[in-house]
Amino acid sequence: MELTGAEIVVQALKEEGVEYVWGYPGGAVLHIYDALFQEKAVQHILVRHEQAATHAADGYARATGNVGVALVTSGPGATNAVTGIATAYMDSIPMVVLTGQVPTPFIGSDAFQEVDITGITRPCVKHNFLIKRVEDIAETMAKAFYIARTGRPGPVLVDIPKDVTDPNIRIPFEYPKKVSMRSYKPVEKGNARQVRKAVELMVKARRPVIYTGGGVVLGEASDELRKLVAHTDFPVTNTLMGLGSVAASDSHFLGMLGMHGTYEANMAMHEADLIIAIGARFDDRVTGKLAQFCPNARIIHVDVDPASISKNVRVDVPIVGQVKPVLRDMLKFLKERKSGPDKAALKEWWARIETWRDVNCLKYVNSDKVIKPQFAIETLHKVTKRRNFYLTSDVGQHQMFAAQFYPFEKPRRWINSGGLGTMGFGLPAAMGVQQAFPKATVACVTGEASIQMCIQELATCSQYDLPLKIILLNNGYMGMVRQWQEFFYDKRYSHSYVDALPDFAKLAETYGHVGMTIENPGDLEAAYKEAFGMKNRLVFMNVIIDPEENVYPMIEAGKGHHEMHMSPHLSAERELA
Amino acid sequence: MRHIISVLIENEAGALARVSGLFAARGYNIESLTVAPTQDETLSRMTLVTYGDEMIIEQIIKQLNKLVDVVKLLDLSDGPHIERELMMVKVKAEKGAREEMKRMADIFRANIIDVTDSSYTIELTGAGEKLDAFLTAVNDDLIMEVVRSGPLGISRGAKGLGL
Repeated sequence: MELTGAEIVVQALKEEGVEYVWGYPGGAVLHIYDALFQEKAVQHILVRHEQAATHAADGYARATGNVGVALVTSGPGATNAVTGIATAYMDSIPMVVLTGQVPTPFIGSDAFQEVDITGITRPCVKHNFLIKRVEDIAETMAKAFYIARTGRPGPVLVDIPKDVTDPNIRIPFEYPKKVSMRSYKPVEKGNARQVRKAVELMVKARRPVIYTGGGVVLGEASDELRKLVAHTDFPVTNTLMGLGSVAASDSHFLGMLGMHGTYEANMAMHEADLIIAIGARFDDRVTGKLAQFCPNARIIHVDVDPASISKNVRVDVPIVGQVKPVLRDMLKFLKERKSGPDKAALKEWWARIETWRDVNCLKYVNSDKVIKPQFAIETLHKVTKRRNFYLTSDVGQHQMFAAQFYPFEKPRRWINSGGLGTMGFGLPAAMGVQQAFPKATVACVTGEASIQMCIQELATCSQYDLPLKIILLNNGYMGMVRQWQEFFYDKRYSHSYVDALPDFAKLAETYGHVGMTIENPGDLEAAYKEAFGMKNRLVFMNVIIDPEENVYPMIEAGKGHHEMHMSPHLSAERELA
Repeated sequence: MRHIISVLIENEAGALARVSGLFAARGYNIESLTVAPTQDETLSRMTLVTYGDEMIIEQIIKQLNKLVDVVKLLDLSDGPHIERELMMVKVKAEKGAREEMKRMADIFRANIIDVTDSSYTIELTGAGEKLDAFLTAVNDDLIMEVVRSGPLGISRGAKGLGL
């Protein structure tokens, strides 16, 4: 079969099982768009800004585990995609981004719409390629997908100059059946001796905590983790990226840890004598001050990326391997032993943890006059808990409230930008999820600042009939910025008030959607029910909330896990008691 | 501590930028970096000199290994190894001083590779300290230009670093 370069690009997508490509055409990718026009197996979704193309591909990848694909043109098309690429990179999301490039003879001449996108993205991709010959397209595409989805996943960018996809040049096409690279050999199983060492520490531990991150979700190891938790009776806490890998309703679950984690999770980490870190990377938002992090604990760390191990925190038992087979081995070795974990010690440990739980650190004072953001999320859970439900979020207070108050029971259901913290992520990510699961209920919780960073995508939702439910927790402020200014800058609210807001309900209507404004706590549940009842419509709910509510508990940047700020009324209650 | 690291890397466009970019982005120290193709034209060999505490060096090695283009890597400082650096120095060599400069070159087993009526260009190979010693021995006023390759390294013994 003889194909043009553009046709080879599209055939490669088919070979890789790609169903959707999010993109935006332009000069350098016109040949590819022409080939795409004639191909029915790969559906192209036209976004309204290239950042959204990468976020949508990213959301799709997070929800399905497949590689997300975006296609953009050279120059500004490519630079607009950079934020989305960096977002995927920080959270290890498998993605292939195809960028057009000026024709090879023009590269380096400052040609129209030329940027050195492989140079620009080098620090925020897992790998990137610049294809210089049509003969190299098939192999490079196969390598790009292979690198993106194996090992620690990540985004791979493929830059394709226009002349390489010339419709007048045809070459024989054959797609590589298997990719093998001498310079890239991702690890699989962990070293059994290391796993046995870990098991020995686990049975001796008196105050163990399992701390897991996005790696368990990415590595499809949620079942194995749940079995490990059930078998050991160890307490478990998740990072923001790991929520859902154990059921929130499981009594072993301590909630999220870190800066806005629960009191019980952070205190358990602080007093633990053994930390079993699985697919987590000891991020600063999780550890707080490193010198005070888990001062009494030995640390086991399971990660597919050797560079994650002992990067921020020195560990005692490193295990490099895919999380899933490592956890299987761990469980097998535990079961083979005559004696298991120390039951008496665990009983004591759980009793201590229950005293922290009794603090009820997430308690807030509800109001019948103004909607509290916590109440908005709790009510959202009440209305959606029986649905096949996915929740995406933007970045800020609403993200933390959702993480704290929406109990996720399954992995891949909570989709948010953790590492990079990208405002504008939520809506396009939800589009990607909805495209993957047309029958599921997909909601995006957002803020009035975040949503405006990618609000143009309401048009894409209209064009492709994506019935998203957008819950805008509108407090008129960049809430998290305002919270920090309240705490650390004497309430000098420098430029965190979001003035000149549009009427969001009307704005949604002009895009052909349903808009609602909800101001009374008493109306909220009924409004949600009405909105979620509209199966085929996008409903934009502008929920006016308490403007100055704060996220608690909070550990200030650079403080230890035991130095949490609790909600002021909670502290007052405790003093009275 | 000072470490000298050998890296075999795919001889592809951008490979060098990936390595230098990694050091810049992560704030690692880099004292010298040399790179050239090997007998296998698809591979380049890089010699890096860096310094840092044990945890940093461990991270540098892991991060280098993580680069998709890096095929193999060896921290030469882990075992016995040989280091050599090439230096070319252009010095003033006028009338009475010519003999003295020639003698100095001989003492250091250096070669004079270019001569004019007022200058010598001297080539000197050895460990970095030897090159430093030569520069210290020659009067600063006489030195016009210095170019050094940065160290190259290879391990001692019969085992070679290859695929």
